[in-house]
Amino acid sequence: MPAPRSTTRVRTHPLGDAALLAELGTRLDTALNTRAIALANALKKRRDVRQAVAGYASVTVHFDPDQTTHDALAAAIKRLASKRPPMAEPGRLHRIPVVYDGPDIEAVAARVGLSPAQVAEIHARPIYRVFLVGFVPGWAYLGPLPEELELPRRHVPRTQVPAGSVAIAGRQSGIYPLPTPGGWHLIGRTSVKLFLPDADPPCLFRAGDRVKFFAARS
Amino acid sequence: MPLSRRRPGQVLRRTKLREVLRVRKPGLLTTVQDLGRPNAISAGVPPGGAMDRFAHRAANLLVGNDEGAATLECTLSGPELVALENCLVAVTGADFDPRVNGEQEATWSGMFLSRGDELTFAGRRQGGRAYIAVAGGIAADRWLTSMSTNLMTARGGMHGRQLLAGDVIAAAGDARSPAISGRQLGHNLRPDYTDHTLRAIAGPHMRRLGAEGRKTLFGSEFKVSRDADRMGYRLEGPTLDASGDELLSFGLAAGALQVPRSGQPILLMADHQTAGGYPVVATVASAAMPVAAQLLPGDRLTFAEVSIEAAREIRAAQRAALDSLIT
Repeated sequence: MPAPRSTTRVRTHPLGDAALLAELGTRLDTALNTRAIALANALKKRRDVRQAVAGYASVTVHFDPDQTTHDALAAAIKRLASKRPPMAEPGRLHRIPVVYDGPDIEAVAARVGLSPAQVAEIHARPIYRVFLVGFVPGWAYLGPLPEELELPRRHVPRTQVPAGSVAIAGRQSGIYPLPTPGGWHLIGRTSVKLFLPDADPPCLFRAGDRVKFFAARS
Repeated sequence: MPLSRRRPGQVLRRTKLREVLRVRKPGLLTTVQDLGRPNAISAGVPPGGAMDRFAHRAANLLVGNDEGAATLECTLSGPELVALENCLVAVTGADFDPRVNGEQEATWSGMFLSRGDELTFAGRRQGGRAYIAVAGGIAADRWLTSMSTNLMTARGGMHGRQLLAGDVIAAAGDARSPAISGRQLGHNLRPDYTDHTLRAIAGPHMRRLGAEGRKTLFGSEFKVSRDADRMGYRLEGPTLDASGDELLSFGLAAGALQVPRSGQPILLMADHQTAGGYPVVATVASAAMPVAAQLLPGDRLTFAEVSIEAAREIRAAQRAALDSLIT
């Protein structure tokens, strides 16, 4: 069956004189993200584009202002986005062991009215999609998180979150690759390294990959 | 695809390293920087590179290097360096009052150091970041296509860290063009670091500010807070309200002005986080980033709205100034 022709409208906004943001939509949606990744890949092939990075439902394009203009690139993006995206290959599957003993798992369980064991079971249930790699080296935004576990971020972010912490916020999950400040709820930890500074590319996950968590003993 | 893919026909130049400078005192925060690693942002790695690209490029051109060669970025104070052999250097950007063997030297010009000469800095007179280029370019650890130091991951540059006393700086090779001591960039061609008006282009979420908020952004004075480093500057000033629906995270760029819930904007600099979900109300023009790079905590600044076309014109003028150094 042919994929339905897209009715997505692309809106482009300047991000200064050497970058622009092309928005495909405003929803957390796998199809939109697939289109964003395909658009970023198509844009990367252009000589006047230095880098194109897919967001959840957008592409940030860094271009060479000596070779092109915002308007010319915006027109090219509209053309590219109206094409049917190439058949998306399923992303690589990563199986990630998690010890569900994070400092917030009791509080999360209490707030959503479940036991910690149920929180762990629900968190490990879906196959998550890597929507976006970014923020800090190796960080990946994973989703969608089951609705039962949806919580806003912590009011007061932690000043230091240990590397390997498995966290949730909103309809998302993630793993802290480095010790950084963080406002997400820490429900577990993993020994898998997300940031691989001496590999190229230096991160385990790539946009479009799939992630399955499973409970492990410490 | 690996980030370090080389373009077809690109050949590794064989370089012989020459030890040219010894670090007697490192200065407050001196790191090796080049033009960064823009390819690495797809892995969440900050693009990095010199904060003041104009000063970095000019320093290189003054000693006959490629613009992208690595230089030393000196923050707030300069190092004390001793020449291990005859070499040509240039100091650009902030004025930390450079001295050779105690004698005052001009910034923005190439100067010849003989073996044993001491390059020191008497103290900060203007700006926050000075750049030191050495003919041949500085040799350092290359990480993900760039020699820029990334302190967070401890990679690139001088073993991923700031310079320390006792470090030896090597030049990557001979200068490309004939090294001419005394080459200089005229006063009228240098950025005016005393004018803290940052020209900025309206950003994707400008409408969230409304007409009043837009007036506040472009009509008020802001101050660089103490929370200011190579990642970004948290600004103090009138509160901006860019609230609205939660945004899905998207890729960011240097110069982007984020407005978090607190309403105190954050100006993203060279080592910025690569993605985020705060509204971006404006982006500082690329040609205004050198001035932004020279700001320090406590400095006052304003934003002036410009069109993309106007920003491109200022950029072209800067390019022409740099081109005047190419012989």
